[in-house]
Amino acid sequence: METTTGPKGLTRRQLLSRATAAGASFMVGAGFIAAPNGAWAIETIHLTPETFATLTQMARDIYPHDKVGDEFYVAAIKGYDSADAAKGIEAGISALNAAAEGKGFDSYLAVGWERDRVDILRGMEDSAFFQQIRGGLVTGLYNQKAVWPIFGYEGSSFEFGGYIDRGFDDINWL
Amino acid sequence: MTAPFDLSDDSVVVIIGTGAGGGVLANELAQKGVSVVALEAGGRYLPQDYVNDEWESFGQLAWTDARTTSGDWRVAKDFSGLPAWIVKAVGGTTTHWAGASLRFQDHEWKAATTYGNVQGANLLDWPIDPREMDDYYTKAEDKLGVTRTGGRPGLPGNNNYKVFEAGAKALGYKTIHTGNMAITSDDGGDRQMCQQTGFCFQGCKWGAKWSSAYTDIPEGEATGNLEVRERAHVARILHNEAGKVTGVEYFDADGSLQMQKARVVCVAGNSFESPRMLLNSASSMFPDGLANTSGQVGRNYMRHMTGSVYATFEEPVRMWRGTTMAGIIQDEARHDPSRGFVGGYELETLALGLPFMAAFLDPGSWGREFTTALDSYENMAGMWIVGEDMPQETNRVTLNYDVTDQHGLPVANVNFSDHPNDVAMRNHAYQQGVAVYEAVGATRVMPTPPYPSTHNLGTNRMSANARDGVVNAHGQTHDIANLFVSDGSQFTTGAAENPTLTIVALAIRQADFIAGELSRGNI
Repeated sequence: METTTGPKGLTRRQLLSRATAAGASFMVGAGFIAAPNGAWAIETIHLTPETFATLTQMARDIYPHDKVGDEFYVAAIKGYDSADAAKGIEAGISALNAAAEGKGFDSYLAVGWERDRVDILRGMEDSAFFQQIRGGLVTGLYNQKAVWPIFGYEGSSFEFGGYIDRGFDDINWL
Repeated sequence: MTAPFDLSDDSVVVIIGTGAGGGVLANELAQKGVSVVALEAGGRYLPQDYVNDEWESFGQLAWTDARTTSGDWRVAKDFSGLPAWIVKAVGGTTTHWAGASLRFQDHEWKAATTYGNVQGANLLDWPIDPREMDDYYTKAEDKLGVTRTGGRPGLPGNNNYKVFEAGAKALGYKTIHTGNMAITSDDGGDRQMCQQTGFCFQGCKWGAKWSSAYTDIPEGEATGNLEVRERAHVARILHNEAGKVTGVEYFDADGSLQMQKARVVCVAGNSFESPRMLLNSASSMFPDGLANTSGQVGRNYMRHMTGSVYATFEEPVRMWRGTTMAGIIQDEARHDPSRGFVGGYELETLALGLPFMAAFLDPGSWGREFTTALDSYENMAGMWIVGEDMPQETNRVTLNYDVTDQHGLPVANVNFSDHPNDVAMRNHAYQQGVAVYEAVGATRVMPTPPYPSTHNLGTNRMSANARDGVVNAHGQTHDIANLFVSDGSQFTTGAAENPTLTIVALAIRQADFIAGELSRGNI
């Protein structure tokens, strides 16, 4: 995918050779996280790669869409990798990992089943951190134009002349 | 004298707000030769400026100045700073409205008489005979170009309507059609025909939907009798020792305080800003705010009993294609207490784009229960419920002195809680809306809570008796003869119908009255 940037000058093979698995979904290395197949990668500056990977998993667990790739969740949360936000995010992810450990897991990312991760999130859904992440995703995830086609949503239609000749009344199953 | 007018010109009528009430009143007075200065808090956006993008458009048009909320309505929890989805722009919320243009039913003008004593409700009859409104409704329908009136054809039904219609027919409903819409349905008129683009809420880029922004306002300006001052945010209305209003103080586009003298002042800033301006204009002579000897300014806030029902199906619907409000079921609009509530409600199709569906379907919800609904977005149909809610004295707009706006003025706090009649009606409507969709094979139904309000009514209500309300049958305040209310805040009760057509009809009627009183030298 081209929606995220990878560390400059690294081939996928080189990149992945520097990374270790974090949970089932991510590879993390020095200053970056990547998809296990190298399909995308993103550098982090203010957040640790492990924190960013955990945050990405948390975002998916809050609004899970199986047809939506991780890169869209990464795009929705990458703004938190900033000097202003990082401290609060690191603290929130620490609390999330502590909650996972409290349920006998090594970390949030080490939890294999979504059901168990959601159970952990339910325990903290009234926290400011959870609400910050959830609230941000409402626009951060669903207002990405690139994500709309996955849901079939067609977006702006004026420039195509509206739908008067493009199926506004084409329903055929009633 | 022709526009622009001097700040010291005390012969002008100053109208605050340019939406369905203020914009129409401004044009109607200008057509009669009355000099008008319209103060509009927002900027001017026209069809070429509108965007087919929900959040971007919201940023462009919506009133997002600070407000606060209280009460047990869910909006106060989920959208605590955004009690209403209304517009700050020339044309006001007529840029955003969907276009549904329905006349009140006769009995709705006489809610107290018809419904009797409803505990906790502050019901009152309008001091207007329904027959007085017939001609004004016809004038309003002709002005707005309302479909299925005056020989104008109906709009074609889109996919969302076809699902809705099939379910309604299966349920045995009789009055089902594509609505009385202020959207051009043929090539004959001044406005372009609807191109079924969707995005009616974001401003119609074809100008097919009526908005005062590109009809009444430029028509009024063309007379030379109307000056619209954009980005003019009113601070307070001034008066003299005789208790007559004399002018309006406002912050101009540069933030500088200006004062426009006036012979008459008409308030039309929607049901939060209109009472807020009257309350913020308190003086030693009127310590409780202007026109408030009844104590009713800000009270009896109504927002219609609303809610939505969305449903998913096995096959695609693509509800976003075509007019946002594409049809109506009117069978439940009658007053029939055997259903367990007084008053009635309309069911109207409605569609949201994916971004707003994510924000409004079930605010705060998360996890697969929520996301699997959005996964079926393409297969979703939707309807909106709009019914009469009960006026209650404690549902009210007050000044919040702890929070000030960008000009340092106390903001409006909006307190609202449902009346038991509202709850009973909503539950009935949810049940019927769900039945409509289940009748055509819905795989999942979602009774969706009310959004931030677009229908905001009643906070300066009309009454025959000065002790019961703020304005008389002409929207003239009981206390101050040259101060008028010209928007939906003058509604005595809300009726089941979308309010814009009635706001427009009342504005046309009020223009006749003001012009007559001016010529008679009474104001």
